[in-house]
Amino acid sequence: MHDHDDGSEISPMDARVRALELILTQKGYIDPAAIDVVVETYEKKIGPRNGAKVVAKAWRDPDYKARLLKDATTAIAELGFEGRQGEHLVAVENTDRLHNLVVCTLCSCYPLPILGLPPVWYKSAPYRSRAVMDPRGVLIDFGVTLATDTEIKVWDSTAEIRYLVLPQQPNGTRGWSEEQLAGLVTRDSMIGTGIATEPASSS
Amino acid sequence: MGGMMGFGPVVPQANEPVFHHIWEGRVRGLVSAMGKPLQSNIDEGRFARENVAPNQYQSKSYYEIWFDALVSLLLKRGLVTSAEMVAGRAIGPAKPVVGIISAEAMRQNHFTRKSYDRPVPTAPKFAVGQNIRAKNMHPKGHTRLPRYVRGHLGVITLVHGSHVFPDSNAMGEGEAPQWLYNVRFAGRELWGDEADPKTSMSVDAWESYLELAQ
Repeated sequence: MHDHDDGSEISPMDARVRALELILTQKGYIDPAAIDVVVETYEKKIGPRNGAKVVAKAWRDPDYKARLLKDATTAIAELGFEGRQGEHLVAVENTDRLHNLVVCTLCSCYPLPILGLPPVWYKSAPYRSRAVMDPRGVLIDFGVTLATDTEIKVWDSTAEIRYLVLPQQPNGTRGWSEEQLAGLVTRDSMIGTGIATEPASSS
Repeated sequence: MGGMMGFGPVVPQANEPVFHHIWEGRVRGLVSAMGKPLQSNIDEGRFARENVAPNQYQSKSYYEIWFDALVSLLLKRGLVTSAEMVAGRAIGPAKPVVGIISAEAMRQNHFTRKSYDRPVPTAPKFAVGQNIRAKNMHPKGHTRLPRYVRGHLGVITLVHGSHVFPDSNAMGEGEAPQWLYNVRFAGRELWGDEADPKTSMSVDAWESYLELAQ
């Protein structure tokens, strides 16, 4: 792990956070090793590849897909993904006529166990303000242009329910293995700001 | 922030790191580790991050806001003093706290499923398909009813269960669970005639946020 700041001087925020961690350690409120675990968990263990496995399995296995759409929390726990901010999950399916888009206009709510920590844009004012007012325009910012008659449903995560978009399976991928399919599932396709990668462009 | 204007386009960053600076990861970890010693809950934490002047909220980075909120809770509970914050080291004795978390417990903690669903003695007041109106309300404390739906007509689309009520939980007034619904609003209902007619937005709303549509 390295810092992304240029130069060797520590930034004011770096200094303030180090000071606070020192105070909390000196007072015996924290074990710094537990902080290391949090950093390591988000950097190495939890990320969108978890969600990609869920989507790939749903594409291959109609029974699993039915369970996922009925009770996503239980279906996702079947694959071993559960934990903080994944307590109550709902999966919503994209079709030829319907596109789903997830946002948290109030803060940064995000299904951590399956997608990891949210990217900066998801937490940013432009996304949080416009996703609900102009979802079709926001999708264009991401290079996704939907047909004008495609319905868009936006899901604002205002409670402890977390939403996973089940993207459409790309054409020409029937019979692919779960592992191959998971490689087509992008983070953004599971938020709804993207679509799954077409196989021709993924190789 | 739903519906606020003038922030410009969304600008995704390619190959973004999980944390942009080492200190961001430390802040995330400190907030996680101090949850129990602070005797704090998720709603109080959110309220501490959001209950700041709008110009402050919008000029600070995400993890700066997390850091400020953590410090404000530590000072409020007296676990740390402002003299210590200035000195950058512990000065006074520690307060007795519970729930100091070890590395191993933290490892488990992240993969343990909690639940916000709590039993309530009453049946849900609304059913799927029912027309409701989001109340026009402006509470002084914490709330999770976004401004952009207040006063508007919507339809109940899911009954999620009965969940901890953040407005109460954030203020230390107990979990006071209520039925929680997914409510969908037509784009034109929220944003007017120029809005895209093929769009709709939903929020998850607690029962006391809603009233039957007349």
